Amino acid sequence: MSILVNKQSNIIVQGITGANGSFHTEQCLAYGTHIVAGVTPGKGGQTEHGVPVYNTVHEACMKHKVDATMIYVPAAFAADAIFEAIDAEIPLIITITEGIPVLDMAKVKKALDNSNSRMIGPNCPGIITPEEAKLGIMPGYIHKKGNVGVVSRSGTLTYEGVYQLTTLGLGQTTCVGIGGDPIPGSNFTDIIELFHQDDETQAILMMGEIGGSAEEEAAEFIKRVVKKPVFGFIAGATAPPGRTMGHAGAIISGGKGTAEAKKEVMRSCGITVVDSPAEMGATIANALK
Amino acid sequence: MNIHEYQAKQLFKQYDIPTLHGKVVDSPTQAVTAAKELGTDAPWVVKAQIHAGGRGKGGGVKLAKSYDEVESYAKDIMSKPLVTHQTGPEGKQVHKLLIEEGCAIDKEFYLACVLDRATSSVVVMASTEGGVEIETVAEETPEKIFKVHVDPAVGFVPYQARTLAFGLGLEKDLHKPFTALIKNLIKLFLEKDCSLAEINPLVLTKDSSIIALDGKINFDGNALYRHPDIKELHDPTEEDARDLEAAKWGLNYVGLDGNIGCMVNGAGLAMATMDSIKAHGGEPANFLDVGGGASQEMVSKAFQLILSDSNVKGILVNIFGGIVKCDVLAQGILDGLKGIELHVPLVVRLEGTNVDKGREILEKSDIKVISAIGMKEAAEKAVAAAKGAL
Repeated sequence: MSILVNKQSNIIVQGITGANGSFHTEQCLAYGTHIVAGVTPGKGGQTEHGVPVYNTVHEACMKHKVDATMIYVPAAFAADAIFEAIDAEIPLIITITEGIPVLDMAKVKKALDNSNSRMIGPNCPGIITPEEAKLGIMPGYIHKKGNVGVVSRSGTLTYEGVYQLTTLGLGQTTCVGIGGDPIPGSNFTDIIELFHQDDETQAILMMGEIGGSAEEEAAEFIKRVVKKPVFGFIAGATAPPGRTMGHAGAIISGGKGTAEAKKEVMRSCGITVVDSPAEMGATIANALK
Repeated sequence: MNIHEYQAKQLFKQYDIPTLHGKVVDSPTQAVTAAKELGTDAPWVVKAQIHAGGRGKGGGVKLAKSYDEVESYAKDIMSKPLVTHQTGPEGKQVHKLLIEEGCAIDKEFYLACVLDRATSSVVVMASTEGGVEIETVAEETPEKIFKVHVDPAVGFVPYQARTLAFGLGLEKDLHKPFTALIKNLIKLFLEKDCSLAEINPLVLTKDSSIIALDGKINFDGNALYRHPDIKELHDPTEEDARDLEAAKWGLNYVGLDGNIGCMVNGAGLAMATMDSIKAHGGEPANFLDVGGGASQEMVSKAFQLILSDSNVKGILVNIFGGIVKCDVLAQGILDGLKGIELHVPLVVRLEGTNVDKGREILEKSDIKVISAIGMKEAAEKAVAAAKGAL
């Protein structure tokens, strides 16, 4: 088992004919992802890498069974694309797009809360169930099928963590990048709950960063509910307060959201906190021996 | 993006939020003319226009009782960098002053709209403790802060303003102007994609008017594309020259005090790399994310930025090639270094797609590259190199 996606998942791509959408559709198809359709308004009737393109999400959903959508639509139009996917009741929405205005996301989040859809992202690398389905921009080959569930707010840091695991022979059930924005569609708790329910996931690696309180909330949830071993890393111990560190959500404001405070809560909730990002894989390997 | 107080007040005016009469000037002589033109009696307030907070305590806000005092305070403020707790010890040069009429204050309040990440809504905060830092109030007397949450999809609902008015203990006849002010502030916040709109203090004058005595607005950088009017308010003199240069090239750069320059792809990995340096006894000189699709030109600019910091004694490049392949990145590093004299040791850690080809390119080049395997070795070598031990 895995979470969210597997070999059988039917995927559509919104923004499939754009440079990013097209490139990553090709990469995902090569990984074996079952992409059944694409959507670009005004380009209906074309094909992209052999995938039929439709004008609207509804049309794609009428012609195909759709389990998930990947969104590569530019930031100015991304919220609109998400609303369209929510309206079509697609169960899983993966929004890769970076730079969506935060007030747009606030509205999207309210719509998601009252919908049948779950969203991962925005500003995220996507999700991958190794050797089954890749819905995102991560390099597929560093992943390996196995029993560690990975969830992270970052892109390349996720690759780093996954790479360390794979190098040590530890595979992953599913890797989820929830994204670095202040208002994500799903937070750590949402994903960790899924890993908690998944029989194959034996351990969880969460990679957080400064800003917000999603890591603390997840830690409280873990303490209450999760019996599997959880390992955590928080990036940004050296970040100065009041400055945004690349990700819009990575900012220490009013003394809140520091790496040290997050680590302390995580430790007190029974999470094994790894201080050095170089030791994430080794720490898990030692603990699972 | 931040703007000045006088710009915030221009927006307040546009949204019918009451402010005092004032004029912006760029010299002490103009300051006197402005005070005369205001046509009000003494006193006048001379306010330094810089983005940093704590201007009053730093001596950047003065009450002048005569035209002579307006001139002397203006001269004084503009003659040297203004140091506040937010500027750093070097302070900030004042280029503009706001000359405002005075007013007789009865009470000072705090009012702000800010995005709340946890509830995905706009929170409006009001406090009876105006004119002081809200973080301090939140720490010491949290019961004096009143909050309501505004759903951006619904917008303002009047009961929310009433809740705050009763919280602040406002007289009944002040509820109407107070409600209007809050409604307008929320409208401004939502229409202009603000991330913070703060009035501190919001004052009740002795003749029972409610006035925004100060104003601070931050905007969501991701939304600036749909607000050309706001984009124009950007004041480049307020920013660090290196930050500006970085922004021009699409690089995310934050200068720090250490001596190991960092160049990394991805924000999370960039922070983790800095942490790793610290964990091995070094201090990072900067945060620098070249992004997922770094071009040769961007890498070159990134090196120039790092090397323009005279504190830098060593450089650590940590790249995890995903979609962007390591050989392309390695070539980017070499091309980026063309025409640049590298006077400090360079440690490179490459991992990911086509890593072998990438390492080979670096090894065969004329540039002396200390290569590292894994993040741990990379940090160790960078720290040692910066100390001159490699």
